Amino acid sequence: MDFALTEEQLMLQESIGGYLRSACPLDSVREATGVGSTHVPKIAAGLAELGAVGILIPEELGGVGMGFLEAALISEALGSVIAPVSFVASSVMAPVALLGAGSQEQRETWLPRIASGEVIIGVGISEHIGRRETDGIFADDDTLTGKAMFVLDGMDADTLIVADNEAQLYLVQASDVTRNKLKTIDRTRSVAEIILDQTSAEILPGSVNNRKHLKDMVNAGRVMLAADTLGAAGTMLEQAIEYAKERRQFNRVIGSFQAVKHMCSEMAADLEPCRSLVWYAAHAIRAIPDEATLMACHAKAHLAETGRFVARKATEVHGGMGFTDLLGLHYWFKRIGFDRQLLGAPEVVREEAAVAQGWI
Amino acid sequence: MDLAYSPEYEQYRMEVRQFLDTNKDQSPPLYGRGNGDGIARDWQKLLIENGYAARTIPKEYGGFGGEPDILKSHIIAEEFASAGVRPGHSGDNRLVPTVLELGTEEQRQWLVPPTVRGDMIWCQGYSEPGSGSDLASLSTRAVIDGDDFVINGQKIWTSGAQHADMIFCLVRTEPDAPKHQGISYLVFSMDTPGIEVRPLVTMTGEATFNEVFFTDVRVPKHQIIGNRGEGWFVANNTLKHEREGLGDPNQAENRFREIVDLMQRETIDSNRLIDNPTYRDRLLSLQGRMLAMKFNGMRVLTSQIKKEEPGLPRWIIKLQGCELNHQMAAMAIDSMGELGILYDDGPYLRDQGRWQQRYMMDLGLIIGGGTAQIQKNMIGERALGLPKEPKFEKPLN
Repeated sequence: MDFALTEEQLMLQESIGGYLRSACPLDSVREATGVGSTHVPKIAAGLAELGAVGILIPEELGGVGMGFLEAALISEALGSVIAPVSFVASSVMAPVALLGAGSQEQRETWLPRIASGEVIIGVGISEHIGRRETDGIFADDDTLTGKAMFVLDGMDADTLIVADNEAQLYLVQASDVTRNKLKTIDRTRSVAEIILDQTSAEILPGSVNNRKHLKDMVNAGRVMLAADTLGAAGTMLEQAIEYAKERRQFNRVIGSFQAVKHMCSEMAADLEPCRSLVWYAAHAIRAIPDEATLMACHAKAHLAETGRFVARKATEVHGGMGFTDLLGLHYWFKRIGFDRQLLGAPEVVREEAAVAQGWI
Repeated sequence: MDLAYSPEYEQYRMEVRQFLDTNKDQSPPLYGRGNGDGIARDWQKLLIENGYAARTIPKEYGGFGGEPDILKSHIIAEEFASAGVRPGHSGDNRLVPTVLELGTEEQRQWLVPPTVRGDMIWCQGYSEPGSGSDLASLSTRAVIDGDDFVINGQKIWTSGAQHADMIFCLVRTEPDAPKHQGISYLVFSMDTPGIEVRPLVTMTGEATFNEVFFTDVRVPKHQIIGNRGEGWFVANNTLKHEREGLGDPNQAENRFREIVDLMQRETIDSNRLIDNPTYRDRLLSLQGRMLAMKFNGMRVLTSQIKKEEPGLPRWIIKLQGCELNHQMAAMAIDSMGELGILYDDGPYLRDQGRWQQRYMMDLGLIIGGGTAQIQKNMIGERALGLPKEPKFEKPLN
């Protein structure tokens, strides 16, 4: 019984976290997002060098061959500095699809290039969470027609993995589709609308009449978004505590007032158990597959709720300054808001948890 | 991360299960206290012999004399909980560690063996009407007269005082010392002349608490644990042991399973409660919180096994665990609709009416053992490093 990170995982956390803290300060996030960039090549190259981009990809295919817990630690680190780089779709969901359902040739073609940072793969499966503004995507021979909304890492992608209405998965080249940027609250990440019109597509053979792989992608993506929120909320809490220790009013630092102190304690008390939930959910994906869906749903939903609470309270601790652009807290606030809705809002995901345990 | 238990511990778990299968017919009812009918005494004796109670208390003081092993203790707790069998006890988890650590050899021989057997039942005399969260301001006085302390004053919230044989009690012995340095920790019989116990009926309708009045109660001088004026230090040792028991994640998980069972079994208009999407969503929210606390508990356990200080994950358990239990009881009541208000007894009562009882008891636990607000002060100051409230030279009015 050892529910803790290993030495190697702690080292990974430290090296990725250390790199991101120096490579990705708020100023650089402002600068990048100010010109509409959601994938800063320099940061991405550093991450690729540290093995973060190919975290799930086996060593023989150019990655570092680690597991979902390690991937979650990276996602958390990215969330904590609100890094404008592709990760959840390109480094986690796409490798899950390719490793699970891809042919050997597809794996050998794409996975080494993901690991090296040479290509980014976006993921369009939002129609299977909730379809709107589209009738979905229809397959006909080797082409796809239809519209995919909220394609994650979509604007920066060179290649896309898209699900048709039967949950079969396809590789599509970004240059073959019409792609529109969807403006969201979170300027650090890209989602796109993708229009396919008899666009040539290459099916991942393992996904033919098999919904499992889509489900695996969704589970992994949800855990990563939960971890991202854990990181973002953790930073907001740290900032609130620091501010409460420095800001003086009525001749005292405001953190000595119980009204402020208790807000900080409530945030910490709600957030700290979330770390264990994310660890468990990430670990379960491979080690306890029977629980993977249930735990992914709970991690996603519970982190969304706790993230919202922390985002709101941490802003409040900063008083009026929290509301301004000067401190930039809103970047984290918005990232948490983005994570909450994507791949299923809490109510939707909890309902899936009910199904997963046979309640309904 | 490795959630499996090593073969040695899996083997141990099997032994505990085997023991429970063979012997659980001899166990007393799950809830209850004291050795009233002898069944509980025999059960406790059997558990100590097998190392399932008083595990780490040395043999010479009536315990099993095992090496401390957090994982074994954890397995015992889990197996007894899932079998629904009353666990053994280590006497009194507040008093016994304190006496073993800070008492004299004579005091250990006198107090620990009968307590561990369950023949000496204790109550805790800490809180006073004027000293709740600010416990160190307590004013029950003890003055030396010959070979005795003579005690005058009043305690409140004294759980189980009406059944207790003995009390461990904080009294002010050095009125001129700073408040934390003027307190002593005394132990004495509840049969001592001058003690009056008045049950305090709570909102549940039961009288689990009492007020205890002391009028010229004479206690021999040697019945002090630690030195005069060191009682605050001794008591903090006790409080540390008490808080760890509140908000136990095992209990939350068992309670959660009971609610799922209730909501799958009960129907309104022929629909199962769990089929109502509004209630179901609330249930699922609670499940998410429960799981987070369960895994947080596993993290704390891992730290303890490695003899590391768990830090924040442990500081939050009492606050979060008690609130979660309270919210779960509320959920069960709400999902039952009108049936949820039935209480005491009657033909339509569900689960012996325990959801209303728990809903109220849990509010008591949110307040007791360090209020939620005191917990938030401790988390803020000790775990997050926020500054204390400034102290005033003179009392503010």
